[in-house]
Amino acid sequence: MIERKVTTIDGNEAAAYVAYRINEICTIYPITPSSTMAELADQWASEGIKNIWGSIPLVVEMQHEGGAAGAAHGALQTGALTTTFTASQGLLLMIPNMYKIAGELTSAVFHVAARALATQGLSIFGDHQDVMSVRSTGFCMLASASVQEAHDMALIAQAATLEARVPFIHFFDGFRTSHEINKITLLTEDEMRKIIRDDLVLDHRYRALSPERPFIRGTAQNPDTYFQARETVNPFYAKVPEIVQSVMDKFAEVTGRRYNLFDYFGDPDAERVIIIMGSGADTARETVNYLNNNYSEKLGVLQVRLYQPLSALHFLANLPNSVKSIAVLERTKEPGATGEPMYLEIVNTLVEAQQTTGLRMLPHVIGGRYGLSSKEFTPAMCKAVFDELSKDKPKNHFTVGIIDDVMHTSLNVDTSFVIESDEVVRAMFFGLGADGTVGANKNSIKIIGEDPEFYAQGYFVYDSKKSGSQTVSHLRFGHNPIQSPYLVQSANFIGIHQFNFLDRGDVLSRAAPRAVVLLNTSPHEPEEVWDKIALPIQEEIIAKKLELYGINAEKVSRDNGMGSRINTIMQTCFFAISKVLPRESAIDKIKHSIEKTYSRKGDEVVRKNFIAVDNTLVNLHRIPVPEQATSKRALPAIVPANAPAFVQKVTAMMIAGRGDELPVSALPVDGTYPSATTKWEKRNISNFIPIWEPDICIQCGNCSMVCPHGVIRSKFYHQSSLEKAPSAFKTAPIDARGFPDIRYTLQVYLEDCTGCSLCVEACPVKSKEKASRKAINMALKAPVLEDEQANISFFETLPEVDRGRVDFSTVRGVQFLPPLFEFSGACSGCGETPYVKLLSQLFGDRLLVANATGCSSIYGGNQPTTPWSVNSEGRGPAWSNSLFEDNAEFGLGFRLTSDKHLTYARELLKELSSIDKELVESLLEAEQVTEIDIRRQRDRVTEVKKKLENITDPRAAQLLAIIDHLVRRSIWIVGGDGWAYDIGSSGVDHVLASGRDVNILVMDTEVYSNTGGQMSKATPLGAVAKFAAAGKSVGKKDLALQAISYGNVYVARVALGANPQQTLLAFREAEAYPGTSLILAYSHCIAHGINMQRGLDQQRLAVESGHWPLVRYNPAVRESCENPFVLDSARPKIPLKKYAYNEVRYRVLAHTNPKEAEHLMELGQQAINQRWSIYEEMATSSGAVFQPKFK
Amino acid sequence: MDLRTTYMGMELKHPIVASASPLSGTVANIKRLEDAGASAVIMFSLFEEQLQQESAALEYLMTAGTESFAESLNYFPRMSDYTVGPDSYLNLLRNASETVDIPVIGSLNGITNTGWIDYARSMQQAGARGIELNIYYIPADLNISGREVEDRYIEILKSVKAAVSLPVAVKLNPFFSAIGSMAKALDDAGADALVFFNRFYQPDFDLNKMEVMPNLQLSTTEEIRLPLLWLAILYGRLQASLGATRGVHSPVEVVKYLMAGADVVMTTSALLKNGIDYLSNLRDGLSTWMDMHNYVSVAQMKGSMSQHNVTDPTAFERANYIKILESYKGDYTA
Repeated sequence: MIERKVTTIDGNEAAAYVAYRINEICTIYPITPSSTMAELADQWASEGIKNIWGSIPLVVEMQHEGGAAGAAHGALQTGALTTTFTASQGLLLMIPNMYKIAGELTSAVFHVAARALATQGLSIFGDHQDVMSVRSTGFCMLASASVQEAHDMALIAQAATLEARVPFIHFFDGFRTSHEINKITLLTEDEMRKIIRDDLVLDHRYRALSPERPFIRGTAQNPDTYFQARETVNPFYAKVPEIVQSVMDKFAEVTGRRYNLFDYFGDPDAERVIIIMGSGADTARETVNYLNNNYSEKLGVLQVRLYQPLSALHFLANLPNSVKSIAVLERTKEPGATGEPMYLEIVNTLVEAQQTTGLRMLPHVIGGRYGLSSKEFTPAMCKAVFDELSKDKPKNHFTVGIIDDVMHTSLNVDTSFVIESDEVVRAMFFGLGADGTVGANKNSIKIIGEDPEFYAQGYFVYDSKKSGSQTVSHLRFGHNPIQSPYLVQSANFIGIHQFNFLDRGDVLSRAAPRAVVLLNTSPHEPEEVWDKIALPIQEEIIAKKLELYGINAEKVSRDNGMGSRINTIMQTCFFAISKVLPRESAIDKIKHSIEKTYSRKGDEVVRKNFIAVDNTLVNLHRIPVPEQATSKRALPAIVPANAPAFVQKVTAMMIAGRGDELPVSALPVDGTYPSATTKWEKRNISNFIPIWEPDICIQCGNCSMVCPHGVIRSKFYHQSSLEKAPSAFKTAPIDARGFPDIRYTLQVYLEDCTGCSLCVEACPVKSKEKASRKAINMALKAPVLEDEQANISFFETLPEVDRGRVDFSTVRGVQFLPPLFEFSGACSGCGETPYVKLLSQLFGDRLLVANATGCSSIYGGNQPTTPWSVNSEGRGPAWSNSLFEDNAEFGLGFRLTSDKHLTYARELLKELSSIDKELVESLLEAEQVTEIDIRRQRDRVTEVKKKLENITDPRAAQLLAIIDHLVRRSIWIVGGDGWAYDIGSSGVDHVLASGRDVNILVMDTEVYSNTGGQMSKATPLGAVAKFAAAGKSVGKKDLALQAISYGNVYVARVALGANPQQTLLAFREAEAYPGTSLILAYSHCIAHGINMQRGLDQQRLAVESGHWPLVRYNPAVRESCENPFVLDSARPKIPLKKYAYNEVRYRVLAHTNPKEAEHLMELGQQAINQRWSIYEEMATSSGAVFQPKFK
Repeated sequence: MDLRTTYMGMELKHPIVASASPLSGTVANIKRLEDAGASAVIMFSLFEEQLQQESAALEYLMTAGTESFAESLNYFPRMSDYTVGPDSYLNLLRNASETVDIPVIGSLNGITNTGWIDYARSMQQAGARGIELNIYYIPADLNISGREVEDRYIEILKSVKAAVSLPVAVKLNPFFSAIGSMAKALDDAGADALVFFNRFYQPDFDLNKMEVMPNLQLSTTEEIRLPLLWLAILYGRLQASLGATRGVHSPVEVVKYLMAGADVVMTTSALLKNGIDYLSNLRDGLSTWMDMHNYVSVAQMKGSMSQHNVTDPTAFERANYIKILESYKGDYTA
């Protein structure tokens, strides 16, 4: 008997587990939500895990998905079994190769965690828009609906492609399946070997290119034969359904798990049937069972597994003859189409069947869309579809799951229809990303899943912020397999891991009557907490008769030396009161798990955790719930009453987690959203904030410069402005001679602060009396909150500093320029955002930003709120994100418009004789270098606009529309290293060569940060990253030298933490340079494995070690025949090690492979020494060694 | 000439031992120490606290920001085989013990009872020939009495002795009120050797940054006086071997220590300053000095200037102080 291993894993791992073992080569590139598959493949290869033929697959990261597909194509053509993993835009980049691979009848499977496409907005979440976009490539499409299926279909697809010679996409729902953790039965190697036929593998090899038996493939064909040749593949496609079915049959024989091309569930005489594929099929199946069993309905669901080619024969054989009406549900959208693709195929199949085989009756078929971008698809929605089908004239082309008040496509859904069984424990946990809630829940699933009597499911929802983010975990436990691919609807256990979440108002909305609620009462004690709860929440607790438990988790955690991570404590409470397992055995299992996790760290750590578990139980209390609500406190407003209407109506709903309730009419039609909305979302995520000490401060501006979140603002003003100042308002005489009446204030926007402490680190002064005290120090927020709120209100009434009076050339001066990038959701202490903020301060009112997809597009443009802001005149950065791969080109397009419209405006100005000649001349000839120049040009433009409004010549209207271009625009192309060094490299290169006046800012974190730390070509030698688990063995690309080689590109390498003044200089020089500029900005990152508070120090050490030499290459200098290359940092004075080993990315290799770490560190040091000598030579050469100036 | 000596029950070719330092960080260096003539090598210390903190820091930093944002649920590859335990230290100890013929002695600094015991056992299994306890303990808690500090030393020694069959040395610090009594107590508790004295990482101030800088300066020859005093006093009065460390920069200090009563003389600063090969200079210098002064064996020299063997034993006690004041005038001053 085969011994089968049961395990709890997510869909990505389930699919990759098989794909890795039945292939020889994986060509990979990270993209959410499929990245994990590639990461695991790379990790397994580095661990030496072998495929079923006993060899370790080769895993190679490419520069983008187009590259991954190209390399896969090449590997396949030369006979290797090759796969790749992708999603969304990545799949779109593979399209050209997919046509080739299919056209050449190549056996291959691409595994796709299906995801939405970037349209009016980007979405990382799941639907079928990506896979539906490639259905014409010739790839067959096999859909999985669950974690187990993702595992099994990966094998079935591979066996089928080898036999059919037609390539396959195996897809499953992004996030819902790719990230759901469920208990599955793993395929054994033996089972895989039984399904994969070696003779077919050999056939694949012998079809390969080989000089031993040469032929050519991939020729160019002419009108005489291309068409016929295109038709040659038809017999292969015709055989696909039978082949797939036969593999499925064989699979059932080997594993006992049966699948079919179409699986029908429900009443054999059903009259109403839903046709669906992907995870929604399981929801439909559950609903059908419930309605048929409880309401004697005659309903059915037909789950589509092999969608392409859709076999009419198998389809008709599985559809009950009794069916009268059909709803084809699709997780995709094709605007302007007469229906979504599967609907059209089903209609076509039925019509053809009637025409050709005499199908008795054509059922009424409607099509509908559901679940775009991971929108929930629940049993209630499923029921709504069945209800619609029972109508005489059911709505076709409907939507379900949203409210469409524009075209009225949506179906009404009765949300009270909940079918969850009480035999299943349904738990929801509201936590912070930082408090370890999700990690603990994953651990709980593992603990319970390991029990052979239990099944477990976990799904996790995260918000859109990278700091202070909230998480909601949805867990189910029961004695039968759990296949409910939707969020918990009615929870019988709710864990609220932060007390202030109660004020959000919606945390109890899914609580079932008499549910158990566990509350972390910190900072209060459980005994006193009832009175602190707002009235509506108290009422909800009483009305639902909830059983309330409380623990001051932070106190227990602190008292037991566990710091601020309350995960073990809350997990223990869950096991103690949820009754999933008997209490004693549950606690034993937790302790066992702790022992497993921490045993390598020593008995002491284990003992400390055990004590924490025991103390948790002592400190967990039932909170008595009175019969009447007693609170005098209402729930606080989501946004203040003075917020703009759109923020009140739309943004606030999204902030409150109620965006699902927004109807279609509420949302902009083209993806356009207002700027400056983060300021309405007071997140209050840090209990500690910086406090300014006016007496110690030297007003240098360093703290304001480095603040990643734009919460430190400075103003100077006449002392008379202080008349109405609140008593707690802090002020100091300005630190400049000759201005006795001028005062200075540094104001901290404490509710927007993330508590990163970079400001304190950057502060250069210390108290004379107490060395620990600086001019800005971290302190508890609560005691000063009220005073500071009043101070901020007053600070905002102080006049903004006149930009004409600001010294743009010093850090001290720049602090007075208000940031037009504020309060973003970036990681606390982010190393990128200070650069973005600086950009907005210096050039914000005439700034256009093209932003590559990545961290910066997420913290810069992820809903619900926008950090890109506006100044007091209503001007501010205009921002857009096109894609990941095309950002340089996208930004160049901004410049082309600007150049064209500038030229056209100049032409029109000259043509329109009615405008004062002198004004025209000054407009055309104006120098726009300083802020004052620009201000004057704006005044001229305003003047001419007024005149144009009164001119009837149609050219005046033309000119009015574009005349703003006469004020010099500052165009910045912004992104990370993944974009600039890898996926967008060719575009960056092309733009650098264009000579156009654009500025490229690369915020180099030396890793793909946004997708979770994968290696890029900027990753340094010796650093560990995903896809470089054994340490990167190739050096970092010197993009600066590459750009310098053009001769006419302004290039700077900067590090704000090492030399803010040089950074500032570089930004200004780049912007002033009338050609292309490139700034490479060192950006410390959470993916480096550093204490983010020490980020600036690491920047300094990066420079001091020579890892990040500061340079500027200014082609403008060539005019005077001077050397354009300046080395701004001193010769390396510390070894690379001293910088590198402060970071986990380097240090971890010293633990996993000390010899290799030492070797790579030595190579790294040599590389630094070599590069430095090249730079020194360049810096000391005459200017003549560089490219001459081109005219 | 017979340079042999016995330390912790081990017969050594001569009394010059490489003391715990970064020099013993690789097998290659330990081999070089042997080739340069070291009669034994004390490995650098295994710091339990460092292991704990490194482990905690790695875990904290590798998990910081994880499970927070849907696109980046973590930032590092799953590292199933990384360990921040004592493995690399023990592997080095094992490899070194197998590579060189001279005894390799492990050095241990624990912070928990289990740490002391477990790591000592592991060192024994890894092939250490002895263990030196590097008890680094600053009693900054004002409620801890001198007696409690002393008890802690004794307790650690007893625990380790009970756990291993290897000889165990204790490296002492010079800040006990009664060093003699402390040495006696450790001797009674079974110490196989006592080493005088440990050098603490003492802080300095950086006046530019207004920060405390923990750093370690290399020793100077001046520093031999305190160990010299106590070696001379304790010689012949304890069962345990005596080790001298601090300030050994030339053969002169070696000779002095031996004459005070040391069984071995340990050096680090001289090697860090002059390179590993300098060890042979010390050994050859000792031999030359002995030759010039007609000594035939180290045994002959050992303790020859100890308190027990000098003309005026009180010279090591209070009179010693007086003598220094007298000599302060200089021979030619009025």
